[in-house]
Amino acid sequence: MADDRVVGIDLGTTNSLVAYMGTGPSLTHPHEPGKGVFIIPGEDGVNLVPSVVAMDATGQMLVGNSARAVLLHSPERAVYSVKRLMGRGVEDVQEELKLFPFHLAEDLAKGEVLRIHLGERTYTPPEISAQILRQLKRNAERFFGAPVKQAVITVPAYFNDAQRQATKDAGRIAGLEVLRLVNEPTAASLAYGLDRKQNGTIAVYDFGGGTFDISILKLKDGIFEVVSTNGDTHLGGDDIDNLLIAIAVDDIAGDLKIDIRKYPDAVQRLRNAVIEAKIALSSQEAVELEVELPVTEVADQADDTTPEEGVPVGELYQRRITREMFEEMVQPIVERTLEPCRQALKDAGLTAAQVDEVVLVGGSTRIPLVRQKVEELFERKPHTELNPDEVVALGAAVQANILAGGSEETKDMLLLDVTPLSLGIEALGGVTAKIIHRNSTIPASATEHFTTGVEGQVSVAIHVLQGERELAKDCRSLARFDLKGIPPMPAGLPRIEVRFLIDANGILHVSAREQRSGKESEIQVQPSYGLTDEQVENMILDSFDNAEKDMAERQLIEARNEAETILTALQKGRRNEAWTMLGFGEQRKVDELESQLRQAKTGTDHLQIRRSIDELNQATMHLAELMMDAAVGGALRGKNMESTGIADGPEAPHPIGKAEFS
Amino acid sequence: MTINSANQEVKAAPAKTHLQVIQARPHPHRCWSCGDMRAEHFCGECGHVQPAEPTDFFSFFGLPRRLELDEEAMEREFYALSRKLHPDVYSRASEREQQWSLEKTSQLNDAYRTLKDPISRTEYLLMLEGIQLEEQSKIATEQARAFGTEKKQTVPAELLEEAFELNMLLEETKLGGVDDDLRGQLVATREGLTTRLNAMQDELRAAWKAWDGGEQEAVAKMVDVLNRRSYLRNLLRDINDILS
Repeated sequence: MADDRVVGIDLGTTNSLVAYMGTGPSLTHPHEPGKGVFIIPGEDGVNLVPSVVAMDATGQMLVGNSARAVLLHSPERAVYSVKRLMGRGVEDVQEELKLFPFHLAEDLAKGEVLRIHLGERTYTPPEISAQILRQLKRNAERFFGAPVKQAVITVPAYFNDAQRQATKDAGRIAGLEVLRLVNEPTAASLAYGLDRKQNGTIAVYDFGGGTFDISILKLKDGIFEVVSTNGDTHLGGDDIDNLLIAIAVDDIAGDLKIDIRKYPDAVQRLRNAVIEAKIALSSQEAVELEVELPVTEVADQADDTTPEEGVPVGELYQRRITREMFEEMVQPIVERTLEPCRQALKDAGLTAAQVDEVVLVGGSTRIPLVRQKVEELFERKPHTELNPDEVVALGAAVQANILAGGSEETKDMLLLDVTPLSLGIEALGGVTAKIIHRNSTIPASATEHFTTGVEGQVSVAIHVLQGERELAKDCRSLARFDLKGIPPMPAGLPRIEVRFLIDANGILHVSAREQRSGKESEIQVQPSYGLTDEQVENMILDSFDNAEKDMAERQLIEARNEAETILTALQKGRRNEAWTMLGFGEQRKVDELESQLRQAKTGTDHLQIRRSIDELNQATMHLAELMMDAAVGGALRGKNMESTGIADGPEAPHPIGKAEFS
Repeated sequence: MTINSANQEVKAAPAKTHLQVIQARPHPHRCWSCGDMRAEHFCGECGHVQPAEPTDFFSFFGLPRRLELDEEAMEREFYALSRKLHPDVYSRASEREQQWSLEKTSQLNDAYRTLKDPISRTEYLLMLEGIQLEEQSKIATEQARAFGTEKKQTVPAELLEEAFELNMLLEETKLGGVDDDLRGQLVATREGLTTRLNAMQDELRAAWKAWDGGEQEAVAKMVDVLNRRSYLRNLLRDINDILS
C-alpha cells in the first residue's frame, strides 16, 4: 500500500507545496491522519516551500528557505521564479531578463532549451524545478516514512503544450511518475467543492506569484466541468514587485544619485522590502519602506547631474507608502486580469450575474484592490475562506486520491477540463488553420488529411501551432515535423491522415498514416522548445550524481521507520502476559537496548540505528517465543486471535519483525 | 474535422434508410475482459472499457441522425459515459486500457461538442450527407489563397441591400473615421441584422423538423440558411470590429 501513495503538488512560481488525501487509518504509520486532505509540512514544520534553488559555496544544492537566505547575500548563486522560464525559448524571455537576476548560459543556440547559471554549472528550467520537486518528495517521504513515487502536479490553466511538457519532464527528473497535470484553478475548485456538494456555476479567479488564470466551471452531482478558461502566464505578484522595485530604483537614482542596479545584493534587499510592504498593505493603511543602501566610496552617477557627496555606510532609503498610493501604482496590473475574465464569460456564454459563486485563489488575491475589482466585475462578494496559498495543493491531492482509486468522499467526483488554447496547423500563406478550438473538453482529437504537391514527393512538412491569432507567426510554435516515408506517387495522390490528440494532461500527441498504401509513416516530432526524451534520460542519470545524498537520506528514513515499528511492537509486548515471564535481568537488558535504540533513532547514522535494531531484536527473541506460545495456548483454550494481541499487525508472528517496506 | 469510412457508407445510402442503419448498429460483441456480452463503450457486466472503433458522432451516442434532440438528455448521457470512460478511471489499469479510455473519451468529447451546439450539429449532419458548405469549404479557401484572390462568397439576394449600404458605411469610416452619426447608423444596422439572424434560427428549426420527418429536400434548405447565416455573421463581425 505504501508504494501506492499519490501526492498532490502545487509547483508554484513563489512557493510550492505537497499535499495528501488519506484513504484510511494506518496502524504502522501513527503520524498519518486517517482521513481528510492536508498539507505535508517540511522539516521545519512549515507548509510553504519557497520556490528558490541555490548552490552554496561548497556546491551543495539548497531548496526553499535556506536557498532564499543565499539569495539575499549572493544572488548570483540562487534562482527564483524559474516557473516563468519553463517551456520557453531565449527570445521569449528577454522581458524577464530585465527584471530577474537570471544568468543565461552564453552559448545558447536559437531554439535550444534555456540554461541558467547556478554555481559552477548551467541547468535547464526543468532541472531546477526538479530540485524543488525532489525537496517536496523528500518532505513527503519523511512524513510517511516510505518512498513516494507518484504525483499529480498542478500547472496554470493557461500553460501551453511546451510549458506542460517541461513540467512533466521536471517530474521525471525528480524521480516522480506524474500521473496527471491538473490546471491550478480546476484543482482549487476540487478542494472547494469537496465539502460543498452543490450544483451551480463557479468562477475561480487565480492570481498567483507569476501567473493569472480564470476558469468557469459547472458543478453537477460531482462532475466538475470546465466551461471556459483564460489567463495570462506572465501576470502575477512578481509583476507588482517588479513595478515597485522599478519605482524605488528611479527614486533612489533621483534623490540619492545611486544606481542601485549595480549592486545585486542591494536589489535583493529592496525586493524583499517591497514584498514585505506589499503584504503589509493588505492589512494596514500605510507602511514604512526601509532599505539599507549599498556601501559606496563615491556616489555613482545615475544620470548626467553632478554627483553629490558619497553615501555613508549603512544609509537608509526610506519612504512612506499609503495603501492609496499603492493601489494607484498597481491598478493597471490588476486591471489586466479583467479582460481575460470577460473573455472567459463570453466563451462560456454567461453573464457575470449568472455565475453563482466566485472563488479566490493565489497569494495576490489578498490585496484588497484585487478583491474589490473582482467583486465589481462579478457583482458579488468572492469567497475568501479558503487559504489562497494552499487550496491548489489540496485540490491536487483530491485529484491524486481520485486517480489512486478514489475513496468514499471522492467516488462521485470527476474532473472534465478543457484545452486553454486553440490548436492549429500552418496552412498556405502562413495562416493558422484551427483544428481543435480552445475550451474543448480534453481529451480531444482532430484528424486532418495532407497530400503532396510535387510528383514523387516522399515527405510533407507540418507545422503545429497553439494560439488564437490568425497568422502562424503570431502563434506559439509547438512542433515542426516531417511526415516521412510516403511512397512516391503523382502529386496530390497520397492521402496522409494525421491524427492530433490532446490528452487529459493537455499535452499533444501526433500520429500519421498514409492511406493509399496503408503504410504507417514514420514521423519525427521535433518539439520547437523542449527537451528530447534522450536529454531527459541524461538528466535523470545526472541526478544520480546527487543520488548518493538522496540514498543516505532514504536509508535513514527506512531505518527510523523500522525502529519505530519495533518500538511500537515492544510497547505491545510489555502489556502481554509473556513479559512477566521474563527474568528481571532479561527485562533490564531489553530496557537498556530499547533506550539505546531510541537514542540512535534521534541521530542521523542509519548504520547505528540498524545495529541497535538488530540487538533489540536478538534480546526480544525470547519474549516473542513466549508470546507465540501464549497465543497458541490461547487459541487452544478457545480464545480468539485478536485477544492474544499478536495477530493485529504485520509483525506477527514475531512481534518485532521487520517493517514491511519498499 | 473529418470522419472516416462511416460517412462514405451513408453517402451511398438512400435518403430514408438512416433510421434502419442505426437500428442495425448495436452488434452483440463480447467483452475482451470477461467474455460476456457488452454494451457499446464499456462492458455491461464487468464495466471495462472496450476498444475504440471508428464511428460517427450520432452513432456514438446511439442516436438516430435527427437534428431535434433533447439536449438535457444528451448532457446526462455525456456525464454518465464520462464517468465510465474517462482516463481518470483507468489511471491504474493496463496500458492498453488506458489507451482505449483515452481514445474513447476523445471520441465522446468530440461527439458531444459537435452535437450539443445546434449549428455545428447541422453542419456535421450535412457533412455526413456528403455536402460541403460553401463557407466551410477549405478547398475554396485554399484555392483563393493560392491565387491571391478573395474567397468567392455570393451575396444572398435578401441581403443585397444591407450589404450594399453597409459597404458604403464601411467605406466612409475608412475615409473619415467613426463619428457619432455614423456610429448611430452602424448600431441601427447591427440591430436589424441581429433580428434577421434570430429569424434564421427559426427557419433552421423548421428545416430540422422537415429532415427529421424524412424530407430529404430539407438538406438544401439547411445549406441555404447556413450560408446566409455565415454571410450575415461576417457583416456583424465587421460592424463590431469598427464599433469596438
